[in-house]
Amino acid sequence: MGLERVFADEPAFVPYVAAGDPSYEESLEYVEALERGGADVIELGLPFSEPIAEGSTIQGAVVRSLEAGMTPERYFAFVEDLDVGVPLVCMTYYNLVYQYTHPETGETGPRAFARRAAEAGIEGFVVVDLPAEEAGPLREACDEFGQDLVFIIAPTTRGDRLDRMREHVSGYVYVQARLGVTGARDDVSGQTEASLARVADWDVPKAVGFGIKTGDHAERIVAAGADGVIVGSALVDIVAEGHEEGQPTAEVVQRLESKARELKQGALAGARARAGVDGS
Amino acid sequence: MSTDKTFGDYGGQYVPESLMPAIEELTDAYERYVLDNEDGFMDEFYRRLADFGGRPLPLQYAESLSERYDTDVYLKREDLLHGGAHKLNNALGQVLLAKYMGKERIIAETGAGQHGTATAMAAAHLDMPCEIYMGETDIRRQRPNVFRMKTNGSEVTPVTTGRGTLKEAISETMRDWATTVEHTHYVIGSVVGPHPFPRMVRDFQAVISEEVREQVQEKAGRLPDAVLACAGGGSNTMGTFHHFVDDEDVGLSAVEAGGSSLAVDEEAGVAPNSASLSTGEEGVLHGARTKLLQDSHGQIMESHSVSAGLDYAGVGPELAHLVDEGRVDAVNVDDDSALEAFHRLSQDEGVIPALETAHAFGYLEQHHDELGDVVVVNVSGRGDKDLETVLEETEKRDLDVAPDMSVLRETGGGGGI
Repeated sequence: MGLERVFADEPAFVPYVAAGDPSYEESLEYVEALERGGADVIELGLPFSEPIAEGSTIQGAVVRSLEAGMTPERYFAFVEDLDVGVPLVCMTYYNLVYQYTHPETGETGPRAFARRAAEAGIEGFVVVDLPAEEAGPLREACDEFGQDLVFIIAPTTRGDRLDRMREHVSGYVYVQARLGVTGARDDVSGQTEASLARVADWDVPKAVGFGIKTGDHAERIVAAGADGVIVGSALVDIVAEGHEEGQPTAEVVQRLESKARELKQGALAGARARAGVDGS
Repeated sequence: MSTDKTFGDYGGQYVPESLMPAIEELTDAYERYVLDNEDGFMDEFYRRLADFGGRPLPLQYAESLSERYDTDVYLKREDLLHGGAHKLNNALGQVLLAKYMGKERIIAETGAGQHGTATAMAAAHLDMPCEIYMGETDIRRQRPNVFRMKTNGSEVTPVTTGRGTLKEAISETMRDWATTVEHTHYVIGSVVGPHPFPRMVRDFQAVISEEVREQVQEKAGRLPDAVLACAGGGSNTMGTFHHFVDDEDVGLSAVEAGGSSLAVDEEAGVAPNSASLSTGEEGVLHGARTKLLQDSHGQIMESHSVSAGLDYAGVGPELAHLVDEGRVDAVNVDDDSALEAFHRLSQDEGVIPALETAHAFGYLEQHHDELGDVVVVNVSGRGDKDLETVLEETEKRDLDVAPDMSVLRETGGGGGI
């Protein structure tokens, strides 16, 4: 069974960080901290030099990771070095998939990328600039290697387009909570409920992302019907601050773990609130 | 009616899902208004290009160059278009289209500032609020254009990521669009980006070759042997080539910026040129599959050219396709030759070309004896915006044709344009 499984019993907490931010070794510890804090599946960013959908926080992570020498091959080594039990999803941009050359077979392109990812233990992909229309070759490769290709549903995705997208989703659907780029916000977008309502009858789990920052946000989003919350920038902010202020790795690890716990607990509280409403 | 999203293997729509509905809406508007002239859109476009833009523009016989090269050289004077470059053809078309679509706001990126100024003018002309994203490096090297955009009432927002040039400006404009897509139109400045932009921008720019094809037959009595245009993203290139693509005997040369060297520094992620057609590899950037300057992992390289308008790691997908098909010749000229050509055209013909345009004349200087008897060169823009850069870059070099600028030093001037 694919990534659906992690959403089966309780709302999932899905953190995002860029692999190798700010360094390979620190990043390994940070990802492991997220699992201890309650992550159910981790979206692990493979940084691309032109991150057109990212706000300044994740752009910063991309720059730090690339400057520390991250490449697709090091990324897969990173995944293999990670000591985590939860599923990993690779989040990236299509050019890195398209250009990839498998180190052993010499094959290039989406199939080579999916194959190497499968060998490293990646169970799914979110490719930010790959809409369903262009996803054919990667979709086929995912099917061959038993991986999920997760698509983003935006607040602007409506009508026919929504129906067409429905045929392509697998694993979970990434519900973009608001228009714009990634980045932590101080409020929960009013677009969230409407976006969730549009996919309410889809039989895949719905994970909501974009702008979620606190346990309270997570609670409200799960209470509104989400099966999971995706949080990136609020975590990357902790990594960035630790790096800029020269905090000891152990301290950043502790802060990440505690933030993860807050978000997971928020999601669980949202599920209880929803059960209470449903039960009354 | 449904248009093809690709040119051979190139093109497509590689954008985040949040932009896809807007791209679909734009495709529909492009097909109805541009291709089918619904509500007389194209009639209004041509009328405004004439009254506001000053079209049609002359095809001038270049007497000195023709004598120098012993071949008939004609200049298509896009530098005489309102704003001083071919960019208004596209900007006016897209801002007008945005109005027909009921959009309330215009955003655009700019490299050299020519597309930004053209968009700012078109937005002022058609009464639309406008915000222009421009890399901070480009703001420094194209100050006069920043003043012009501000003067026309546009916001100019500096982009500080990366090297602060066109690539980063496009990325940042896409981020704005992802946020404001419901009421904002993104006036992309070249034949790049997701479908329908490469096709639509080409169609707005194709007015260049539509005029040239008629004018050259009138003046030379026949079609040209060669047509030259500089190529960055490729909008003046495709505009100048479009109506000649089916004329197999007309040679088409896209002249790219060879920068300081065609070599690449993979370690530093820098290609000191912008020759994506000549040296790039197929990849996906800013919405399209095309030829790109990238490293072996697929990370995009920082390009370089003395001319900001050519300084881009990608190129239009249709040009990439025409080069692969052998229909368009991808060639390049380095910074030094472009600067020499800048001075030569200024002195011999009294036309100060944009540094972008100067690349086409650099190629003419080097290869005139291979180009045939009738050659058309597109003067894509005028060079006023480049005077500061040219002054600086000329001082660093020992160029045969450069004028003596010591009068500026003696009077304490230098930067005051």
